Parts: sequence; structure tokens; C-alpha cells
Amino acid sequence: MCLAVPAQVVEIVDQDNQIAKVDIGGVKRNISVALVDDVKVGDWVLVHVGFAIQKVDEEEAERTLEFLRQLGQPYEDELRAISQSEV
Amino acid sequence: MRFIDEFRNSGMAKGIVREIEKLADGLNLRIMEICGGHTHTIYRYGLHDVLPTNIELVHGPGCPVCVLPMGRVDDAITIAQKDGVILTTFGDMMRVPGSKGSLIEAQSYGADVRMVYSPLDALKIALQNPDLKVVFFAIGFETTSPSTAVTLIKAKEMGVSNFFVFCNHVLVVPAIRALLDSPETQIDGFIGPGHVTTVIGSKAWEFIPAEYGKGIVISGFEPLDMLQAIYMLVKQLVDGDPKVDVQYTRAVRPEGNMKAKALMERVFELRETFEWRGLGWIEKSALKLKQEFAKFDAELHFDLPNRQVSDPRVCQCGAVLRGAIFPWECRVFGTACTPETPIGACMVSSEGACAAVYQYGRYSRKVRELLHQKS
Ligand code: SF4
Repeated sequence: MCLAVPAQVVEIVDQDNQIAKVDIGGVKRNISVALVDDVKVGDWVLVHVGFAIQKVDEEEAERTLEFLRQLGQPYEDELRAISQSEV
Repeated sequence: MRFIDEFRNSGMAKGIVREIEKLADGLNLRIMEICGGHTHTIYRYGLHDVLPTNIELVHGPGCPVCVLPMGRVDDAITIAQKDGVILTTFGDMMRVPGSKGSLIEAQSYGADVRMVYSPLDALKIALQNPDLKVVFFAIGFETTSPSTAVTLIKAKEMGVSNFFVFCNHVLVVPAIRALLDSPETQIDGFIGPGHVTTVIGSKAWEFIPAEYGKGIVISGFEPLDMLQAIYMLVKQLVDGDPKVDVQYTRAVRPEGNMKAKALMERVFELRETFEWRGLGWIEKSALKLKQEFAKFDAELHFDLPNRQVSDPRVCQCGAVLRGAIFPWECRVFGTACTPETPIGACMVSSEGACAAVYQYGRYSRKVRELLHQKS
């Protein structure tokens, strides 16, 4: 559960409630962006338990994604949990 | 396992290891990685195998599931067994043994226990079930507690009355302080947790060099990150210049995530004291809900046994969490205690040291030898 997975913001769904849609390993999900300032479409963020906890640059995101893919099982479990989430 | 070989044979990894070897020549160093995620990277990639034998990596208490004492799991089960309650929690928590079984067992006896990915999912379940009480069994360090804070603020704004949080959020700094204050601890320096530090900021670690004269390097989670962090730490130790260094500069700022910290501040306050598995009672080491959020506080709403329960005699999770023994030194490691039949929390959680060694240790020369000696 301590994994933080990079995701790219594809849409600001609800500005007031700070909800954004992200692409996370090919899955599109709504997450909360209440913990980071000025999130824009195209930004990369680290996602932990349905919340963006930090913005990162694209290079960092790519690098982490590659690492997570190598990690295999824990990453797949996390993606499965994310895709079942109803946020 | 191709990528593990690839990593080990990469010029970069070999180069850093060679530099570490040169620097640490003639020294014996014990380095603690605080975060359970790092423990996993170490075993997964066999970092302890590629490092020189005079550098020992000791595992720390940075697994939120593992440090929760059994009494708190029992309390959660008590809540789950009440009529008209749905208890929600993260997947890792489901199989952690309490004194009378785990949440998953409680579920099989009819309790409504649901696994959620996010505290917001728990709130959503509350909105969908207005006639039931929905409790979120919240665990985690500062990476996770801001999310619970946002969820509570949202619940308050929406006027939700059937949502509760059983708060077990803990703070990493007091735990490390307690370790450093213990005479048992022989640690030369720390590899600091990357994600927690994105929230609390690297400045939060200044007390380690200032008050204890030891060094810390905040590291990312990839094997090369960790090797680089170990190099930076060994360099500090050799130079006699302990400080807070950041290897994971890509995500960590000195002041951390101010917004997340402010939200935590708004919702939580420090508990006088809190019990940690293995570390005992530590003052001001955990969070509870502030008065403003009292109506969401499961501890105030439900009558809980709140009993102190010691771990089973055979279980040595406490010693593992203090870095006093290695997982394979526990009497029941790999025999009575396996991920299928966990006796202690360190074998359950995906971040537990015992689980990491059990899962990947078999690829490790060192662990194989040690296990062989044991049997
Ligand atoms: S092997 Fe099992 S009982 Fe022993 S320390 Fe690890 S988790 Fe605890």
C-alpha cells in the first residue's frame, strides 16, 4: 500500500471537488488532487490510495513506471485495486 | 528474473558498488532502511548480495501494517462484528492476525468487512448505505494520513452522519527517535523513506545529524537509487560529516508538501502516546481526530475493548521491526510462519520484512546460506 504510482492527468473532472481523471497504466480513473496545487491536464503525478501526493516530471514518471513494470505482481495488484476503486 | 541479472550486470550498478567497496574498505557499517518498500527492493534485486560484506543492511519499522499491535486489530474486529456496521480497510490489513483471528476470518463468520483502495471509497460506501454505519480502519504513515484528512473534511462538508474513522495513523519521526534512544540500536546511518518524505520534507530529518550525530539519505525506490543512496551515506560516514542528503531529489523538497501538511494539521492532533509492535509505547507518535471531527471518531462512537495484547510467544516481529534480528533468525520463519500461514504481521504485509525475505530471499546467496545453517 505504500506504492505510489505515476499517472498522467487527462481531464479535470470537477474543479470544486478537486477531482481529476488520470491515465494510470492504461486504466482511466478519477483521483483526488486535493493535496497538490494547480494540477493541469498533461501533468504527471504520483498517486497513492486515490490521491495525487506529488507532481513529478515526465522523465521521472517514465523511469518509475519502468521500475514498477519490472516489479510485476505488486504493481499488478495495485493496478487491479485502482481499477476496482470507485473514487 | 532477467531484469535482476540485467540490473546486477549493468555498468552503472557495478560502478557504484566498486566505489562503495573502495570507500568502506576496513569499516564495518550497519545501515538501516526505514521503509518497507526499500526492504523489498533490497531482496527483490539482491542488493545485500552485491554489496561488500562489511556493509550490513538492517530493516526498520517502516511498515504501517506491521507496527500496529494486536490489540488494535482486535478493536477493529470488534467494530466489524457490531450490527449494522460495514468495516472498510486496505487490502494489506485483511489478513493481519489479531489475538482471535484476522478481519478476513471475521468476514467469513458474517461480519461485513470490505477492502477498499482509498478512504474515498469508504466514504462512497457510506453514502450508498445511509442506514448502516461505515467505518474506515485507517492505517499508514504520513504518505497516507493526508488522504484520510481530505476524506474527513469532505464528509464534514457533505454532512455525512454514518461515516467513521478508526484512526491508526502513525508518525515516522518519533519511531526513529525511539529507536535511536534505545541502547540496543547499533546503526551508523539511515536510508530515509522517499514517499513519506515527499510529504514531511527532508528538513524533518535534521534531528538525526543534529542530535544523534548520524547521517541519513532520502532514497527513491529503484535499485540504482538505493545503491546511490548507500554510496552517499557511506561517503558521509567516511568523511565524518553526517547530514541529511536527498538522493530522491526528483520528488522530495526540503519543506515537503505544505498543502498536505496543512490538511493533516487541520484534522488531526497528536495522541499523548501510542503503542507500536516491537517498539512499545512512544509519546506523541500517532494521530487522532481533533475535536472538530469528533463525531466521525470511531473510538468515541463505539465501545471498544481497547486491550493490550502481546504477540504470540513464538513471534519475533517486534525484534525484526527494531532491526534487532533478521527475519530468518526468527524460530518459525519459513516453517510455521509463511505468507500462507502467517503468525506475525511482518509475514502478511506486502511491505513486511519477513514477507520480502520469504518471497525473494531464495534468490539470495546470503539468505540461502543462513537458512541452511539454521536448519
Ligand atoms: S517469521 Fe513470522 S513470526 Fe517470525 S518475525 Fe517474521 S512474521 Fe513474525
